[in-house]
Amino acid sequence: MKAKSFFSRAAAAPHIVWSVMFIVAPLLFVLYYALTDPNGAFTLSNIAALPEYGGTFFLSISLSLIATIICILIGYPMAYFISRAKPSRQPLLLMAALVPMWINLLIRTFSMMAILDDGGLINTLLGTNLHIVGTKGAVIFGMVYDFLPYMILPIYTVMSKMDKRVLEAASDLGCNHFEVLLRVVLPLTRSGIVSGVTMVFVPSISTFYISQKLGGGTFELLGDTIERQFANPDTYNVGAAISLVMMVLILLSMAIMNKFADEDAEGGMLP
Amino acid sequence: MNKIIELRGVSKSFDGETVLDNITLEIKDKEFVTLLGPSGCGKTTTLRLIGGFETADEGQIFFDGQEISDLPPYKRNVNTVFQKYALFPHLNVFENIAFGLRLAKVPNDEVTERVKEMLALVSLKGFEKKNVNLLSGGQQQRVAIARALINKPRVLLLDEPLGALDLKLRKDMQAELKKIQQATGITFIYVTHDQEEALSMSDTVVVMQNGKIQQIGTPTDIYNEPQNAFVADFIGESNILDGVMLSDRRVHFAGHVFECVDGGFSKNEPVDVVVRPEDVDVVLPENGMLRCTVTSVTFKGVHWEIIVDIDGFKWMIQTTDYVAPQAEIGLYIEPDAIHIMKKSEFSGQFGDYSTFSAEMDELSNPDIDETEEAAGSDES
Repeated sequence: MKAKSFFSRAAAAPHIVWSVMFIVAPLLFVLYYALTDPNGAFTLSNIAALPEYGGTFFLSISLSLIATIICILIGYPMAYFISRAKPSRQPLLLMAALVPMWINLLIRTFSMMAILDDGGLINTLLGTNLHIVGTKGAVIFGMVYDFLPYMILPIYTVMSKMDKRVLEAASDLGCNHFEVLLRVVLPLTRSGIVSGVTMVFVPSISTFYISQKLGGGTFELLGDTIERQFANPDTYNVGAAISLVMMVLILLSMAIMNKFADEDAEGGMLP
Repeated sequence: MNKIIELRGVSKSFDGETVLDNITLEIKDKEFVTLLGPSGCGKTTTLRLIGGFETADEGQIFFDGQEISDLPPYKRNVNTVFQKYALFPHLNVFENIAFGLRLAKVPNDEVTERVKEMLALVSLKGFEKKNVNLLSGGQQQRVAIARALINKPRVLLLDEPLGALDLKLRKDMQAELKKIQQATGITFIYVTHDQEEALSMSDTVVVMQNGKIQQIGTPTDIYNEPQNAFVADFIGESNILDGVMLSDRRVHFAGHVFECVDGGFSKNEPVDVVVRPEDVDVVLPENGMLRCTVTSVTFKGVHWEIIVDIDGFKWMIQTTDYVAPQAEIGLYIEPDAIHIMKKSEFSGQFGDYSTFSAEMDELSNPDIDETEEAAGSDES
């Protein structure tokens, strides 16, 4: 036996203890509750009751998808812009894009409410009577606003590592600016997009606060439904079943996303 | 031969630091031209201006008589082989080489055929499907050359393409590049800091320093008739001495009057005198024009490199006969071994062999700020 292995195992111990207590055990609890009734007897009725929530699943997935796509459309050019700025200016630009992450999500969402509300800042300043809070658009807006930095950061990281000479080579071989972007920058930053999508889509689909505040309680997303089930001891089991299915959905979509990144690796992986 | 590239009064500075200072240069069609100089001399910037990756602050650039100063790289009939190859990591060998043709919407059959031809030209047959990230430096190099040449450019720019290769492979690639250049008839503009590489490959060498062209000429011109102390020192080894031209073909230096073959200077004009180490004959003290003491002897394989002291000035001499350290010897210099140069801004900076490089002197000098030295580099 190598002497090294004892110490490397010992080094992993705190993390293993942590994982078992706070990740593995809760997951097992979710599984247990999802497959039992309030008395602790095995049942599949919780799972069977899920089609009832099909509309909520559909709405959550669509709103999160739309928010993720908008994040790509805003975040990708932004990351590109920052990565092409003067090296001395990049930290400042990046910080400006990431500063919202420093402020608590609840506070950000709450202040967004004050701005978008019927009697809020926008309507007062513009003298209009727009009804924003309570619409699905407001929820999508909230998701984009809250999670955009998580799209910009991984894409920027990949872009800033990209060899600038490779872009010059593309231009040298006949690419105009748009073709450089399409034929070289996009393929080379695919892994950044994949992690950005994961980091925006996952919190979006499970959020309950944004939909409660900016949705104004007019419709429910998965996060709200799960929260409501857990607020009542009698419906713990249904809540657990919804959580389980949502988790499986997220894992599935992540697997699909990773497949994307892997295919990338076949043709030549990023450094 | 007509000129294909012309630079007229081109200047460029980065962050207030002048990198190119009023460069005027003509490059003839189908020539192998090398831009040679130490790092920070402006050679890479010159190449990037021709490639279109930088725009000049002042001056104009012409391609085949047409001004191209403001054209972006993709509109220039020029291709580049980059320093670290800059291959596309997401494409295989075939698609890397085919990149330019795909953009030009060349039909598939023709693409396949031309890539095959290129792979044969750079001796990479059968590498089509390989991942470029797993190729060796020499193989990546060849892919980079094929990727540029397949577009049939009029001019190929090469930015220190052999810098990352080991010595033997570099020599093979030098020969191969020269062969490719002759076979294709494409004008090559080659940037290097390696004087030996420049001398052995080029039709014309352009020696640069401090953002200026110091000398343009054939390799033999540059070596035998350097125009100033910088060129004499940078190309090969040189003893550069202060001298006074007494009259045509008579020069005084190292406390002695020598016969030489140069003329055309005014009477008693101060000059720089170059004596190549291999042109000095070691003789018995009583037969020499100069007497001196050997201070060090180093075995170099083909010859011995000895350093001698003459009135505090260290000369380097290359001889095939062993001489003992501390020995008294005589030196004999033929008239045609003496080359006379006009005084220049570089006079007095080079030519003494107390140390081999200026850097060595600077290393031990606390008054020189290293960061300032590095700021002038254009190699980043």
